[in-house]
Amino acid sequence: MATISIRDVRKSYGKTEVIHGVSLDVADGEFIVIVGPSGCGKSTLLRMVAGLERITAGTMEIGGRVVNDLEPRERDIAMVFQNYALYPHMSVFDNMAYGLKIAGKTKDEIRQRVDQAAAMLQLEPYLDRKPRALSGGQRQRVAMGRALVRNPAVFLFDEPLSNLDAKLRVQMRLEIKQMQRSVGTTALYVTHDQVEAMTLADRLVVMNAGIAEQIDTPMAVYERPATRFVAGFIGSPAMNILKGSVSGSDFVLEGGGKLALDTKPAETGRPLLFGVRPEHLQIAAAKEATLNLSVTAVETLGADTLAHGTLSGANGAGGELIARLPGSARVAPGDTLPLTVQKDMTHLFDAETGKRV
Amino acid sequence: MACAGPASSGRPMEKRVTFDNRLLPYLLLTPQLVVTIVFFFWPAAQALYQSLLLPDPFGLGARFVWFSNFEYLFNDRYYLQSFVTTAVFTFFVTLVSMSVALLFAVMADQVIKGAGAYKTLLIWPYAVAPAVAGVMWLFMFQPSIGVIAFYMKAVGIDWNPVLDGGQAMTLVILAAAWKQISYNFLFFLAGLQAIPKSLIEAAAIDGAGKWHRFRTIIFPLLSPTTFFLLVVNIVYAFFETFGIIHTMTSGGPGQSTTILVYKVYSDGFVGQDLGSSAAQSVILMVVVGILTVIQFRFIERRVHY
Repeated sequence: MATISIRDVRKSYGKTEVIHGVSLDVADGEFIVIVGPSGCGKSTLLRMVAGLERITAGTMEIGGRVVNDLEPRERDIAMVFQNYALYPHMSVFDNMAYGLKIAGKTKDEIRQRVDQAAAMLQLEPYLDRKPRALSGGQRQRVAMGRALVRNPAVFLFDEPLSNLDAKLRVQMRLEIKQMQRSVGTTALYVTHDQVEAMTLADRLVVMNAGIAEQIDTPMAVYERPATRFVAGFIGSPAMNILKGSVSGSDFVLEGGGKLALDTKPAETGRPLLFGVRPEHLQIAAAKEATLNLSVTAVETLGADTLAHGTLSGANGAGGELIARLPGSARVAPGDTLPLTVQKDMTHLFDAETGKRV
Repeated sequence: MACAGPASSGRPMEKRVTFDNRLLPYLLLTPQLVVTIVFFFWPAAQALYQSLLLPDPFGLGARFVWFSNFEYLFNDRYYLQSFVTTAVFTFFVTLVSMSVALLFAVMADQVIKGAGAYKTLLIWPYAVAPAVAGVMWLFMFQPSIGVIAFYMKAVGIDWNPVLDGGQAMTLVILAAAWKQISYNFLFFLAGLQAIPKSLIEAAAIDGAGKWHRFRTIIFPLLSPTTFFLLVVNIVYAFFETFGIIHTMTSGGPGQSTTILVYKVYSDGFVGQDLGSSAAQSVILMVVVGILTVIQFRFIERRVHY
């Protein structure tokens, strides 16, 4: 168990900088999820924590000890890989015992620790099998068991669930969370799946192009995205973004329409982005409507219905919009939906920097 | 009726290829069968037959002598010595060529800059014909004109493979092994690159140092490659080193580098004892057969695929 402190860490390959100074403080026992699109540097950041990539600049501390120049084995960490990285020529038992043997534990202690982890992960019947005789979910468990038995200061997970099918992923997601809770070990978890990120994290790190765009609790990230990127990345379907500018207490859309704002921003005139999540749009009576959506496509999900379309009518035209409606809503392509925006559920971003206003 | 072959009468999901004409499959196999029969079964049968004959010195007639050629061979001190020579030669050629190749492959696997050029250079010796390789090594180590022999003598080594059987053996082993390193290197490198990087990283995080990782992860995972190369190298040392031996030592001094294949040649074509030569080649065939069976039966079991 340990804290992690990342101070302005950078990574360059030759002259190309791929991580542009990330800082993060992780409390003891915290579950941090690093989420972002492919190529945003999230795995690189994790690999730097693991010691598999050199840190170009900045400092990295684990448990108060600077680890910049330490080998992976000196960092007291355990890592679960995307492809599990199980040793194919060893039994499940030997896979889990590998690190303990190197650490010079006695036979009895190894046996006891592996048995304990196997019990926790329901792997007892498979201890003598080779990894190739296991299913994807079982291999995933062995990989976790291998991390667990070593009782490390930090768990690192590199997209551990992306090779599993959807159902198993939901189940393993829960198991990982419970396991981490019960042992209370600090964890860093990398994923590109926002559902995994939201459900697992105590705090989220949303990364984009080598920068940590926002570090906060999942709910705070959802409710107050710090940048346009975060707004679009977290939440499904993505947040609607409309171009325009502020005029008085209204937001004037590019297409001409006006939307009343809840709070009046300090400045007016400069180009801004107006964001509202699909789930914060509601069907309203025609005269109360602030937006009219002419529906072009409808997706029925059962619990919800997604209406895709463009803004139409007196209130401007052109902007694309998605509304998430209750499953009971009867909508068909070609309809015009009168919509209102839920109070206090709007976001404004600077059109140039993407920063929240 | 004419097209009512097995294809139409069989189950619809039948995956086996079926032919309407019964002769066509045999026709398609003919080229392969002809090559095998003409170049393997026929000569092998000839050797078997000849091993039971004793031809007269002028090759005009031959007498059927049953197994007396074999009887004679197994009482021949030189022939039995040749077995030992072959075993020593094969063991060291395989050991040296495989271990050096593995070392090179492990090092080449870590090279990032100029990897292509480095690999190409290491693969080159494979393009050198055995006889040429033999002559090259001979020039370097020839006691009176060899460059390396000159310096060896300068530092006080009593180097004379023309007279010293042990030194001659060392020399042919080195030349034969050198020739095979490229081939082994290529396969070891491919094998190393097929091991997922994450496995090595996982082991590093688990606390294994470089040597431990190699011993417990990399080497076991290379075992299919190692096993394959073991078979190939033994067969190489047994049969394909003729050119090297012939150009470098001609089996000498004395009989010290006469491996079985070389003895087949020298007894048959130099000594004109065709019956004995044929008997030796039959024995060689059996030995290789046994070796192959042993390898696949006992060693393959310990291979982790």
